[in-house]
Amino acid sequence: MVEWFVWVQVVIALVAGVSAVIVGLAGIKPNDYTLGATLLVEALLVVQLVMAAIAPALGNVATGSALEFWIYLVSAILIPPAAVMWGLIERNRWSTVVLGVACLAIAVMVYRMSQIWFVQLA
Amino acid sequence: MTIKNSSTASGVGRVLIAVYAVMALGATARSVFQIATKFDEAPLAYVLSAVAGLVYIVATIALVRSGPNWYRVALVAIVFELVGVVTIGTLSVADAVLFPADTVWSSFGAGYLFVPLVLPVLGLAWLYRVRNSQENR
Repeated sequence: MVEWFVWVQVVIALVAGVSAVIVGLAGIKPNDYTLGATLLVEALLVVQLVMAAIAPALGNVATGSALEFWIYLVSAILIPPAAVMWGLIERNRWSTVVLGVACLAIAVMVYRMSQIWFVQLA
Repeated sequence: MTIKNSSTASGVGRVLIAVYAVMALGATARSVFQIATKFDEAPLAYVLSAVAGLVYIVATIALVRSGPNWYRVALVAIVFELVGVVTIGTLSVADAVLFPADTVWSSFGAGYLFVPLVLPVLGLAWLYRVRNSQENR
């Protein structure tokens, strides 16, 4: 993991999540912006996947359990597409909130992944 | 999708289901990892962690489905969760050896931003509202 990229991911996921929850509660159906933001969060996760796969070969090794890290990453990658599919099927305000919840969950999971990678003592 | 006609899956209930689905995925995946790699360290805590994951899965499915039976299943699952998070939360504070800090319900779900503590309360409030709105219909 590369630390600055983690923060880019967390901040983008937080902004996408909070704004989707707000506009969703305001009654906006899923649109190009909220769906696009969720897809951006997903794209960054895929970039993270590639980076995390390459990093150990360059000497950047997880300090915690690599298995636990990968379980988090693979679980996280499943969430935004599920939320986007939901948003395309159910065209109402709550689907926008669901997009937001998905992005916020990703923010937390990426932060937790960075803890496993950087500061695990066990 | 089959959730169209389910009263517990309408409106804001959909958001509840989304959060439950995320928790089900997170808690189950984590307990599988813990049981596979360090079961001996805290067998009781990790088994309870797996049970918690399964209860989240049951609650997610029960909220998505409609009908009085699924309503009852959702109610039981959510009450179980509330009892679980309060009991395990208290025990984890009282006995740190038996319950290491890294299970879903330890320290009242602090590792999951207290979502495990808040979620069953919101779930019960939602089930109560759904029942009232059906009786008034």
